[in-house]
Amino acid sequence: MLENWIYIGLFLLLAWIFPGGPILIARFLAPHRPDVVKNDVYECGVETVGETWVQFKVQYYNFALTFLIFDVEMAFLFPWAVSFDKLPIFGVFSGAFFVLILFAELLAAWRKGALEWA
Amino acid sequence: MTVEQFVFLVFAVITLGAALMVVTDRKVIHSALWLILSLFGVAGLYVLLNAGFFAVVQVVVYIGAIAILFIFAAMLTRKAMEDVGPQVNPGWPAAALIGGVVFVALAWMLSHWGQFMALPPAFADDTPTLTQLGVALVSPDAYVIPFEIASVLLVAAMVGALYAAWGKKK
Amino acid sequence: MSFFSDPVNSIILWLRNLLIGWGLSTGGVTLIMKALGVMVLSTLALLLVIFLIWLERKLAARFQQRLGPNRVGPYGLIQPIADVIKIFTKEHITPFGVEGFLYNLAPILSVAAVLMLWAVIPLYKGVVGADLNVGVLYLVAAGALGTLAILLAGWSSNNKYALVGAFRTVAQMVSYEVPTVISLLVPVLLAGTMSVSGIVEQQKVIYLLVSPVAALLFFLSSLAEIGRTPFDLMEAESEIVAGFHIEYSGLKFGMFYVGEFLHAFTVSALFAVLFLGGWRGWGAESFPLLGLVYFMLKSFLVYFLVVWVRSTLPRVRIDQMLNFNWKFLTPVGLILLVATAVVQKVILISGASYGVMVLSHLVVNVLILWVAFRIVETREARRPRRQPVAQPRPVARPPEVTQA
Repeated sequence: MLENWIYIGLFLLLAWIFPGGPILIARFLAPHRPDVVKNDVYECGVETVGETWVQFKVQYYNFALTFLIFDVEMAFLFPWAVSFDKLPIFGVFSGAFFVLILFAELLAAWRKGALEWA
Repeated sequence: MTVEQFVFLVFAVITLGAALMVVTDRKVIHSALWLILSLFGVAGLYVLLNAGFFAVVQVVVYIGAIAILFIFAAMLTRKAMEDVGPQVNPGWPAAALIGGVVFVALAWMLSHWGQFMALPPAFADDTPTLTQLGVALVSPDAYVIPFEIASVLLVAAMVGALYAAWGKKK
Repeated sequence: MSFFSDPVNSIILWLRNLLIGWGLSTGGVTLIMKALGVMVLSTLALLLVIFLIWLERKLAARFQQRLGPNRVGPYGLIQPIADVIKIFTKEHITPFGVEGFLYNLAPILSVAAVLMLWAVIPLYKGVVGADLNVGVLYLVAAGALGTLAILLAGWSSNNKYALVGAFRTVAQMVSYEVPTVISLLVPVLLAGTMSVSGIVEQQKVIYLLVSPVAALLFFLSSLAEIGRTPFDLMEAESEIVAGFHIEYSGLKFGMFYVGEFLHAFTVSALFAVLFLGGWRGWGAESFPLLGLVYFMLKSFLVYFLVVWVRSTLPRVRIDQMLNFNWKFLTPVGLILLVATAVVQKVILISGASYGVMVLSHLVVNVLILWVAFRIVETREARRPRRQPVAQPRPVARPPEVTQA
């Protein structure tokens, strides 16, 4: 079991080399002649106004929040799905009930208007 | 020192070091990114405990969802992305003292506990632990009530948070 | 075990014996073998990208009644290699005010996250990088790293377009992760395992036939996850120029490009593994290498579909994109999950044959899709629409000139 994770760990260590190595090589191959105009922030030729890190709409937060709740609940459902063959009928229905609560939650968010991009 | 211990130390250093950076970095977004690294270290520790399921759930939920939520929230609320001003309040020596005492006490207690170096008992049946977890989650003599309540609780949390986010606008 | 029917395992066996013969410890040999496996897999994946770029350009050209690259080499096959050489010699322009480390990390992470998906994909019988028992969730977790790469790129670039593009992308990716995960739960439930190669083993009948709706959900949400048309809002040229990678040039931009192409092929491969039976096919059990051929054929078939969709459909708006996810895909997915669970349990208890199981799942799936479409139809019919007839508009007229 742990042996499989060694492979994942090695992947995590080595996967950086394959994109990172060529970039490093390209650094030596490519010319490097920076100047003030070239290195300016690209905004279609117009000079940038104010700070880059602008304030964002609340909708982004809403969607991230809804996603988070779904993500957590999905994590609960995976063991349920894996052990499906061994579950009694009660277990199947309590899992299905869990999904239905999730569905009700989706409807609630829908009614509240949290899913609208206004 | 075995390989496993070495890997444990690496992950522990990553977790703690990144956690330290979370509270000391002055940029909010950087703090969120350090937090991701710290949580990633925790996922590594789960793998070493042979709890692969928790490791991937840690990455999916904490790095994939909560950290993204933090970054969105930071972009939503903060006008100034960088904090200025002192990073400690006047009570810091007392806090440091209490923290140190608690750490020493815990370390002392654990080192005098006979079971500290003991290995966990092996499972009686050899069905995969993930299957056992799934069965236990929905069986009435185990965790079915917490399982369903968790679902309802998350719904309540989401409705509350959405209300808080939309409140100012309406 | 003959070399021709299963070359990978033969080579592994030969190398292992060779290294042990040199007096290395078993643990060390395992480590070396695994590291070699990672290297070979990653190299092959990146080499595949060069071919994919050619393929996609050629296919897109055909869809648009053009010829596509046809000058360099036979059928233009050498074209992508020429492009690679060119992009290596392009300047890396680092604009003012970027966050140096994060800015350089983002393109690397975006490729690494996709490469990591290949760790759990079975190539043919008995050949898989790591047969994790949580493989399916691992796929979702590696996808989360890709989201992070885009957020890093957008944030560190010090450019408003990049930031807006990154935020759009992340909102899209996290939203579409919900139907992805739901559609992944269906094969897990049917196979009773989360291991990707386990799911392949269990597919006596491909899951595309057992649960077509789950396959459809997975395909559509994957299109959104890879950010291809019709879901390519992240690089809507007319609005935000190029999105999160606007400030990247040279090979750093190239890496985002590589990541996108590889991701497109990887989700095709995942579709092939989860819903088309992966390496399964006639004779793949006794002659394993044939499985690799089947797997690749299936993957390229799905990839062809992805390219077809890309070169046919226009781009959707952001509100349409989110509505489609939250008001169609997600509810359908949740209902599908409940229905699949109930049907599967009834079948298991009644002890019906495999054919009956497949048929009843198929019927339920079609029913769900039909009801969903009817609901959408009635809602659409009731929605107030703007008249497509042009209304008279005020027209600017020259002031009347009074004769003096």
